[in-house]
Amino acid sequence: MRAGSVLVVSECFDKEAAMRLLITTIPILAAVAAASLIQGPSSASACAGLIGSNGAVNLGRTTTLAAYHEGVEHYITAFEFQGGGGEFGTLIPLPDVPSKVERGGDWTLQRLALETQPLVAKAESRSVRALGAVVLQEVRIDALDITVLKGGGPDVAAWATEHGFRLSPDAPEVLDFYAERSPIFLAAVFDGDAALARGQQIGDGTPVHITIPTSNPWVPLRILALGKQPADRVNADVYLLTDREPALLPAPGPGLTLVHNEAATTTLLDDLRADAGMSWIPQSAWLTKLQVDSAAADLRFDLAVDTSGESNPSPLAAGLVLPNLAPADNDGLASTFVWAAVAASIGMLIALFVLRLQPRGVRR
Amino acid sequence: MTWRLSMLLAMAAIATLVVSGCDDGTSTRVTVTIHYSQFTPEVITVPAGVPVTITLRNDDPIEHEWIVGPPEVHERHRTGTEPVHAEVPTEVTVPAFSTRVTTLTFEQAAEYAYICHLPGHEAYGMVGTLRILER
Repeated sequence: MRAGSVLVVSECFDKEAAMRLLITTIPILAAVAAASLIQGPSSASACAGLIGSNGAVNLGRTTTLAAYHEGVEHYITAFEFQGGGGEFGTLIPLPDVPSKVERGGDWTLQRLALETQPLVAKAESRSVRALGAVVLQEVRIDALDITVLKGGGPDVAAWATEHGFRLSPDAPEVLDFYAERSPIFLAAVFDGDAALARGQQIGDGTPVHITIPTSNPWVPLRILALGKQPADRVNADVYLLTDREPALLPAPGPGLTLVHNEAATTTLLDDLRADAGMSWIPQSAWLTKLQVDSAAADLRFDLAVDTSGESNPSPLAAGLVLPNLAPADNDGLASTFVWAAVAASIGMLIALFVLRLQPRGVRR
Repeated sequence: MTWRLSMLLAMAAIATLVVSGCDDGTSTRVTVTIHYSQFTPEVITVPAGVPVTITLRNDDPIEHEWIVGPPEVHERHRTGTEPVHAEVPTEVTVPAFSTRVTTLTFEQAAEYAYICHLPGHEAYGMVGTLRILER
């Protein structure tokens, strides 16, 4: 996030409110601005599967906070203006129907980046180099038109087509992958003309805060690969803020690296709580940061999160199994299952045939 | 006896379904299905000199194309701007969840690729091979 994006704060409030905000939050803004300068242009830009009218996808590094507290998932991300007129959009699959979609806080994602990439460490590196569906809700945030949809993959695809978007060729499979587990999608469509009229610059992010009451929190990861070619890289920073240390599935490993895993500092929680719409931040929490760095072809899962203390994250929520319990990503295993069923059927047929050929006296 | 006969007939029918095709491996009626942006089958074999009917069934919620021909045809379509193909039998647009039938005659033996040239689809693997054999 470049320092200029902090100026978005003043666009969202009247002058007096902005001044109050600036006075009370100057220390935070200063730190965030400094961190933004150091971290480069894209560390807090975020979006998910992007659907353009020409099918083009252009995703940089994405950053997301998925916080889970008292049965509510707070999903915060930012949609970055890519420039130009017209419309382009993003799809985010959600675990359940959101109770609220609103403008996100002004510095939450940047503050999280600051927490897990301390200024001192980054300063050292600066010298080396300087980020058929049912419409449930419709919300306008700045130049973003946000629509919460309920429907299957084909329904969402039809909605996108009706709204002038061309889906990438992997979209049918990816949308089914999500719709089979949760038929809720959020479509965020950037009105390029409105963004230009608002004076938004390329790279300016519009933070969005989605509040989702759910007993089954998960973070969509596979959608990040939507529209990419198999060898393309997917890079993302995923922050989790939970009541206790979460159990994750898949467990961190190659392509999904655990880079921060400790109790959140009081300073961080106080700073986050001071941001707009963030008063729900608890007094204590656990902060986890994961980095996704994976080939698009390998990113065929989501992140299941269990904060119950039972260390039992759901394979279904992670997208590792389908609702019918058939393995989702192992064609070999799936075909083995099919062939086993076919073999069993043929075996039964032969057994019945042999049984039928036996003399009546032998049969019981 | 009747039961045994019906069993044998059923097994023969299953065998016929599993091992389908003509003597020379060609067919004058072929169905190509499109699912998750992949053609099935990826290779089809047809005879030269007779009309061949190809049924294109799109099971996807997005539009696809089926364009068959020599390399120069594909090269042209890779940079083409035609939004819809409906006039030429070798160039067919198949809207979401729909079926199109095209009938064409290939005069001589050849091997052509069939490709969907919508943005990103060829790179995603929407490519197949049409083999034309002399009868």
